[in-house]
Amino acid sequence: MLATSPAFKENAAHAMADAGLQKALARTRPQFPAKRAAAVANLPEFEQLREIGKQIKNHTLANLDFYLETFAANVERAGGQLHWCSTADDARAAVLAICERVGARTVTKGKSMISEELGLNQHLELHGITPVETDLGEYILQLRHEPPSHIIAPAFHLNREDWEESFRKSHTDLPADRVFHERRDILTEARSRLREKFLAADVGITGANFLIAETGTSVIVTNEGNGDLTQTLPRVHIVLASIEKAVPTLEDTVSLLRLLARSATGQDFSVYTTFSTGPRRAEDVDGPAEYHVILLDNGRSAMVGTEFQDMLRCIRCAACINHCPVYATVGGHSYGWVYPGPMGSVLTPALIGVDQAGQLPNASTFCGKCESVCPMKIPLPNMMRHWREKEFERHLSPAGMRRGLAVWGWFARRPAIYRLATRAAMWTLGALGRRRGKFSSLPLAGGWTEGRDLPAPEGETFFARYAREQRAGRA
Amino acid sequence: MSREAMLGAIRRGLRRGPLPEDQAMALRARLAAHPRHLIPARSRVPRPEQVALFVRNVETEFGTVARVADAQEVPGAVAEYLAAQNLPPAFAMAPHPELQALPWESRPLLTRREGRAEATDLVTVQHGYAGIAETGTLMLPGGPQRPTTLNLLSESAIVVLRASRVVGAYEEAFDLLRAELVPATGLLPRNVMLVTGPSRSADIESSLELGAHGPRRLHVVLIDDELSARA
Repeated sequence: MLATSPAFKENAAHAMADAGLQKALARTRPQFPAKRAAAVANLPEFEQLREIGKQIKNHTLANLDFYLETFAANVERAGGQLHWCSTADDARAAVLAICERVGARTVTKGKSMISEELGLNQHLELHGITPVETDLGEYILQLRHEPPSHIIAPAFHLNREDWEESFRKSHTDLPADRVFHERRDILTEARSRLREKFLAADVGITGANFLIAETGTSVIVTNEGNGDLTQTLPRVHIVLASIEKAVPTLEDTVSLLRLLARSATGQDFSVYTTFSTGPRRAEDVDGPAEYHVILLDNGRSAMVGTEFQDMLRCIRCAACINHCPVYATVGGHSYGWVYPGPMGSVLTPALIGVDQAGQLPNASTFCGKCESVCPMKIPLPNMMRHWREKEFERHLSPAGMRRGLAVWGWFARRPAIYRLATRAAMWTLGALGRRRGKFSSLPLAGGWTEGRDLPAPEGETFFARYAREQRAGRA
Repeated sequence: MSREAMLGAIRRGLRRGPLPEDQAMALRARLAAHPRHLIPARSRVPRPEQVALFVRNVETEFGTVARVADAQEVPGAVAEYLAAQNLPPAFAMAPHPELQALPWESRPLLTRREGRAEATDLVTVQHGYAGIAETGTLMLPGGPQRPTTLNLLSESAIVVLRASRVVGAYEEAFDLLRAELVPATGLLPRNVMLVTGPSRSADIESSLELGAHGPRRLHVVLIDDELSARA
């Protein structure tokens, strides 16, 4: 997928002026946090489970080579095939080779962020194979030629009128003047349309939430059942999964599952949690005859052993996205690549380069909400700080910002001068602003005062007050 | 070779070569022992309450439950459910001995076909392998006696489950699976579905609608075959 992450600022400005998007964000913004809070309140052990989840993933990452090799051996023992893919190119080629070998014409797809990472749909189309997205949200985005704006609610940015318009435009064999009385009518039309596709597909492609080393099993979690139809009906099932999905055992998996749905949609458990192990067995009357796992690295192994390793604990629940004030303001497309919100701001620079995605870790208020709701306790703000440092070290930050930081750094290393200078500046600002009580614009801070006023300083600086109270013996 | 490149990069990150044999042995022992972690207290309750918790959770997740005192009453319960929902008295049924042994002839108006589901089936009857009280979840392992398509293709999915097969937590259901279905092949069944309520989507304006691609209705016929589990 082509990244527009370098244009984050322009994307964000565009998003904030988009009335339809702002309507969708305003409607949905409070829903996920409220549902998650209710689900968490309903499970007294939730905090303990977070710590357990973190330990399970840390253990897995510390032995990732062992668990991947064990997983691969068990996939093969069950009659499946495992494809090790270092790069997106390798993975696209592996999927295409399977599709071409079986003469596939149409391919149904469950929701997969790895597929977005690979730009798989465009690649298949280029080679004459028709991919059909079957997750309801992904389906309408395919009709509209748009990327998802959220990792678990891909059509987060759309309103009902967008759905109706797209369905009228795309399903031209149906009467143009049909009425959609309720949202259910939209769903019913999609259901019958996609049912034909499920039955006709030659290959089904799904993602994976977990890869279980112990049994060679891939796990998907859905509410619609589209992933299950995708992996059950066609002759070939291809699983797209990145290396950090590995988990040692079934017991480890269910412990993580207790966190996943609650953190994601606020459900206690998703409707369909399905464990797939190899292809159809001799006596089976349904299921795919071939089972393939595309095991993708695409930059992740380079995160192991670095300050970004903790990001590989991520189980893609989207809790950080759902609680992020920046995401809630600019929506998912502004981030410009596959993964939006706080988890995207950490993961995207690692996968496509900080030179491309350096603006994302800067688009944070460091409010810390993301880390506080992360079921895997990933220190997201801290890792965004690491990216900012790397950006600065590699001279990627804008010149004005670098000069400003250099000036600040000069003062910060000389505390006496720093205190003197801030005292003088505060006194000056206080004197200048005494009459109006605030500043609506300031030199060098135009970007900051564009959206808000700076209150005129009153009294002394923090340091001055602290020193005075220390002397008075009150602190 | 991607395999060597990927494993090599991971090992470089971990600052070591392939795992030393003693450490690999410890990991293999962990896999063999597959230790449990914390199991939430909500399902650690006496037997009758565990079954009641299962029923309550199925209903919370928009499923329905009919409890019958004896397996002989299952055909009647199925017929009544179909009539109440205005559904035709015809269904595809799992070719499982426990379902085949039910007195279907007591309800001559019911027509059934055994085998996998087809896209035209409005109603399916599946054999419930286990119920998980923790979240009202059904465990449905696929296989010749329990085709996976029966869980997916119909509009109304009926699952017949014995109360003695209701356990508290997911771990306990997987213990059953490990003891009963894994030894023959050394493998998990090809497909194991954990199903919690009927299919749904909230993709349109974050508003919940039932019946996305899978069944719109999920009905559990629960046979009270366990004295201690009766409320």
